[in-house]
Amino acid sequence: MTESVHVLKHPMTKYIREDRQPWIYCSGCSIGIVTGMVARAIDNLGLDFHKTVVVSGIGCTGRTSGYFKTGTYHTTHGRAIAFAEGAKIANPELEVIVVSGDGDIAAIGGNHLIHAARRNIDMTVVCINNFNYGMTGGQFGPTTEHEKYSQTSPRPIGNIEHPFNLVKLAASSGATFVARWTAVQARRGTRSIEKGIKKKGFSFIEIIGACPTEYGRMNRLGDGLAMHKHLLEVAEIQNGLPPHEAELDYEKRIVCGEFVDIEKPEYTEVLREMQRKLKE
Amino acid sequence: MPKRIMFTMGDIACAEGALSAGCRYFGGYPITPATEIAEWMSQRMPELGGAYVQYEDEIASITSVIGASWTGVKAMTATSGPGVSLMLEAVGLAVMTETPLVLVNIMRGGPSTGQPTRGQQGDVMQAKWGSHGDYQIIALTPASVQEMFDQTVQAFNLSEKYRTPVFVLADETVGHMRERLVIPDKKKLKLEYRKQPTIDPSEYLPFKPDDDLVPPMALFGSKYQFYATGLTHDERGYPSDKEDVQIRLITRLNDKILKNADKIIDVERFMLDDAKIAVISYGTPSRSAKKAIRDAREQGIKVGMLRLKTVWPFPEEQVAELASEVDHIIVAEQNMGQVYYMVKAFAAPTPIHLMTKPAGMPQLPNEILDKIKEIKSI
Repeated sequence: MTESVHVLKHPMTKYIREDRQPWIYCSGCSIGIVTGMVARAIDNLGLDFHKTVVVSGIGCTGRTSGYFKTGTYHTTHGRAIAFAEGAKIANPELEVIVVSGDGDIAAIGGNHLIHAARRNIDMTVVCINNFNYGMTGGQFGPTTEHEKYSQTSPRPIGNIEHPFNLVKLAASSGATFVARWTAVQARRGTRSIEKGIKKKGFSFIEIIGACPTEYGRMNRLGDGLAMHKHLLEVAEIQNGLPPHEAELDYEKRIVCGEFVDIEKPEYTEVLREMQRKLKE
Repeated sequence: MPKRIMFTMGDIACAEGALSAGCRYFGGYPITPATEIAEWMSQRMPELGGAYVQYEDEIASITSVIGASWTGVKAMTATSGPGVSLMLEAVGLAVMTETPLVLVNIMRGGPSTGQPTRGQQGDVMQAKWGSHGDYQIIALTPASVQEMFDQTVQAFNLSEKYRTPVFVLADETVGHMRERLVIPDKKKLKLEYRKQPTIDPSEYLPFKPDDDLVPPMALFGSKYQFYATGLTHDERGYPSDKEDVQIRLITRLNDKILKNADKIIDVERFMLDDAKIAVISYGTPSRSAKKAIRDAREQGIKVGMLRLKTVWPFPEEQVAELASEVDHIIVAEQNMGQVYYMVKAFAAPTPIHLMTKPAGMPQLPNEILDKIKEIKSI
């Protein structure tokens, strides 16, 4: 007699391409958690999934779009936001979500981030910040802290450069909703992603994640579990704090919360008003 | 819209051609000598319910055009050589994800910043080989204001039909010259639209081609789900590092253009029937060549012209056939010789003479006439 085992399906499976499993991610990586956060946000809002578009760039986080069971696009390196702008402006009915990494969004794609925020195009950008270029083997990037080690910032000094604070960057560029959470704060992060999606404007949500395989190994931060435990320990919730005070010091203090939630005219709405006026 | 007549410049004719073709999204960045296209679009697009979007750079411009195209909107950008240099990575993305779009290059003097307000035809090879990897491209070369309109419409038709980026390669002189433009009645224009899937969404394979090698294209917001990626992908659209998947994909992407080349290529045979000398030219120099050929005929020289209205895919059969008919071929182009090398590849052993002029003013009729006479005396 054979015993049948009941396999519980993950509740978010309905949004995910199961035939693409297993994920490409290393064990201990945060990207799977954040993928779950995005799926839950979509689910909690009851979005029409056919009208939802998920776009990403290149890198580990850049692979996220390909796991969602809707219209998804994997752009060239850094161009996810630019692609998303075209899609949103051409069809404002779409709910456009960009999920990509810190290197993709803040280095090679940094220009598109600040200008999309300035234009205030309605989209939600979820940026997973793991402090390095993971897929290429762990080189320093635009968010790597000063004097931290990577494959291209070796001992004895480590990183000669200084990092961007993405919350400050997005806020000063004009984003109408800005939040930061760590991958451990999955519920709070999910709620902020929901708010970002609902917001009629440019929303930026940074999720601090762990890359134990590369960044963690080179800086002796422990395995995935240890890194996530650390994130929980140093996360300090300060909702409503002015964005310029939202400090990020990996070792001691990662200020988390929602820092910007403002109203201003949104690009596609103003464009439609212009089209209407010209018709009259 | 009934028939309209304008006296206008090539750049504006190009913009009107795009609008007549149904283009409703323009993403661009200002650059001489293509700026008039952007300016015209910023006015006309919203009037027609479309979008003119000015981006922070050319990379964002063309990538946004790819994004717009996946919503089902006909989309374009217009720039010049320096802008094209920035856009070329995305051209590869559009080729790989089979995205219809039109890229207008109003060619100026190069390399680098070169001579922004002067024409040149230095970007012919760039259009074909500029992005990395093995791919085919379609590039059209108008020679008049009317052709700027007509061939922009054609560019949209080809991009929709073959799901591929299409270049309109016009030299600055064509872009800025002013001539009569007849915009035909909308009902008289034959317009193509990309195929969309009709099968059940559960059976849809986003990159499974039909017999014409072109897969039906699902759109964002439709009931079809798909993953489009610049990575090598199988018919499901899923990334693969397998050798056979790579070979199958790039073979098909190349074949869908090359095997339809006879339907894509457009040339004009001018006074070639009894010609012993042939000029091969395109864009503005071909206008000088026409005058030179008429003058030479008056002097009893049997000369004609093969005018290329399509440079990519290259009209190899037409050139080979021409080479079997004439004793000499003169290639007159406004660069240091680009189409020349393609002609050499397909016209050998017929002698090929290059007449270059990599400067703002194209070859003048009397200069081409002198060249014809020189060849006649060989």
